[in-house]
Amino acid sequence: MSRGVVSTGSADGSELIRRTASELADLLAAGETTSTEITRGHLDRIADVDPDVHAFLYVDTRGAMAAAEESDERRAAGGIRSALDGIPIAVKDILATKGLPTTCGSKILEGWVPPYDATLVAALKDAGLPILGKTNMDEFAMGSSTEHSAYGPTHNPWDLDRIPGGSGGGSAAAVAAFEAPLAIGTDTGGSIRQPAAVTGTVGVKPTFGGVSRYGLVALANSLDQAGPVTRTILDAALLHEVIGGHDPLDSTSIDKPLPPLVEAARQGASGDMRGVRVGVVTELGGEGYQAGVRECFELSLSLLVEAGVEVVEVSCPNFVHALATYYLILPSEASSNLAKFDAMRYGLRVLPEGIDNPSAEDVMRASRDAGFGDEVKRRIILGTYALSSGYYDAYYGQAQKVRTLISRDFGAAFEQADVLVSPTAPTTAFRIGEKVDDPVSMYLNDIATIPANLAGVPGLSLPNGLAHEDGLPSGFQVLAPAMAEDRIYRVGAALETLLEKQWDGPLLDRAPELVARVVEPVETTDRASA
Amino acid sequence: MPEITRAQVAHLADLARIDLSDAELDHLAPQLAVILDSIKSINDVAAEDVPPTSHALPLTNVFRDDVVRPGLTAEEALSGAPEVEQRRFMVPRILGEEA
Repeated sequence: MSRGVVSTGSADGSELIRRTASELADLLAAGETTSTEITRGHLDRIADVDPDVHAFLYVDTRGAMAAAEESDERRAAGGIRSALDGIPIAVKDILATKGLPTTCGSKILEGWVPPYDATLVAALKDAGLPILGKTNMDEFAMGSSTEHSAYGPTHNPWDLDRIPGGSGGGSAAAVAAFEAPLAIGTDTGGSIRQPAAVTGTVGVKPTFGGVSRYGLVALANSLDQAGPVTRTILDAALLHEVIGGHDPLDSTSIDKPLPPLVEAARQGASGDMRGVRVGVVTELGGEGYQAGVRECFELSLSLLVEAGVEVVEVSCPNFVHALATYYLILPSEASSNLAKFDAMRYGLRVLPEGIDNPSAEDVMRASRDAGFGDEVKRRIILGTYALSSGYYDAYYGQAQKVRTLISRDFGAAFEQADVLVSPTAPTTAFRIGEKVDDPVSMYLNDIATIPANLAGVPGLSLPNGLAHEDGLPSGFQVLAPAMAEDRIYRVGAALETLLEKQWDGPLLDRAPELVARVVEPVETTDRASA
Repeated sequence: MPEITRAQVAHLADLARIDLSDAELDHLAPQLAVILDSIKSINDVAAEDVPPTSHALPLTNVFRDDVVRPGLTAEEALSGAPEVEQRRFMVPRILGEEA
C-alpha cells in the first residue's frame, strides 16, 4: 500500500511544528508568535498526518484553542503561569481528563467521560498548557507495540508499517510526527522509554512516587509512573518540573522536592563530563541485542568518554530474572486492579445471550469477555493463577523476593557508578503484526527497561543513532538512583549535544517526510485531504 | 512446577469473572503454558531468608488530616453509570432467582 506525498500546512504553522517546546517558549516570550498560532499549527498537522499515524484517539480542537486563547490573554496581561504556558501537549489516554473521553485503549471504557481530572492533568492546565487530545496505547497499557489497542494500532512515523513501541506508542508517535511538541506517557515496564527508543524521541520515567498517580488508571500500582515524552532532553526537564512533586491525593507520592532538572540539563549540554562515573551493565547488552543497536551504543559510550566520563563495567546478576519477576508481579497487580471493571458503576455493560433475568455475576462475565482484549485476558488469568492459593508462594511470593535482589543489585551498582547505561530496547521497531501471537517474544522488548520499574529508580531514553541493518532509530538508556533525576538529565543532555554535533542536527531531521494522504483507495477516505 | 491445563484456565477465567468462549480457551491455554514455562525459573533464585519487596518506596501508613473536602456530586458519580434509577446505580439482581 503506498502512502501519498505532498507538502502541507501554512508556511507559519508547518515551520512552528518543527520547533522544540523550549524554542517555542522563547518565541512566545519574544512576542514572535502566539499560543493560538502554535496550537492551530499542531491541530492542522494532526488533521494532515494522523489518518496515517493514528497517534490520537481523541482530538480536542475546541478545548485546545480555548486554552491557547486564554494563554495569549494572560501573556498580553503580563502574567504567565509557567515556562511552558501556551505550549500544547498530548496526553496518554490512561489519565483521567474531566469532560474528555478516557478509554485506556479498551472497549470496556468506550465513551466514558471522567468527572474529574488526574492531578497531573490539573497540573498541566494550571501551568497553561493547551491539551490537544488523548493518545493511543495498548489496552490498559499492556503491550510493547500499541497493536493491542481496541481502536487499532498506531504507526511509527519512521516507517508506517512498523510499530511505534508501547504501550505509549501514541504519545511517542505524536511527538515524532510533529503532531505535538510535548506529550505525557506512563511507564510500568518501559512504556515511555521503549517507544521513545524506536521512534527517535526522548522519554523519561521519573522515580516511582515522583509524579502523582492520582487519576492514572492503575495497571500495576507498585510499578506505574507517568512522565515526559519529548524531542529533546531540555524539553523533558521543563515538562518534568511542571508535573513532578508531592500530591496528598496519592499515598505513594514522595514528599520531598525534586532536584533542579532544567539546570541539570543545561549544565549537561555545556559538555563537561569530567568526574562522572558511567556504569555499563553487563547483563543489559550482548546476546539478544541487534548488532546495529549495539554499535550505536558503543559509539555513544565513546563520545561520553571523549567528554571526560569514567566508564566502569558493573554486574547486576539478578537482572536476568527481571523479566520473569515482572511477568508475575504485573499480572498479579493488574488482575486485582481490573476487577473494578464490573459493569455496575461505569463502563461497558453487556447482557449475556440466552439467559433470562441474568444475575449481576452473569452480566459481569459477559461484559468482561466483550470488553477486554486478548492480551488483557491473558494477563488477568495469569495474575489470577499467580495469586491462587497453592501457587502464591511459588510465584508471586518468589517474585517479590527476586525484586529485593534486583533492588540490591542497583544499590551495589550505584556505589560504583553515578549512572548506569544500556541500550533502551534490544531491537529497532518491528513490523506491525509480527509478534502479535507470540507474547513471550513481545515481552522481550522490555528486557532492559523493566529493572528500573521493579526498583523504582528513574530512567531516560534518548535517540542515539540509526541501526545499520534497517536505518531505524535506536535508544540509549540512562538510569540513576531514586530522586537523583538530575544525573540522568545531565548525562542525557551531554550525550544529546555530542550526538547532534556529529549528525549536524536532531536525528528526527532524517525521518521521512510525513504528509497528508492524497489517494487512499482502500481505507476510508472521509478524512483524506489533498 | 505444575503445567496449566485447559480446564484450569477455564476455572481461572471463572474466578476472574470472564466468560471465555471455547475458541478463546483453545487459543489462550497453550499461550499461558508457554508464558508460565518462560517464567518458572524464578523459583530457584531467591534464598529463604530474602525478604519480599511489595513496593519500591519504604512508606507506611500515609494519612491526611481528617478534614472535609469537596468530592463528586451524585450526578457526577452517576455520570458514567450503565443504568441509573432514583439517583442510584441500577444493577442486575444480586441474589439467586429462588430468593
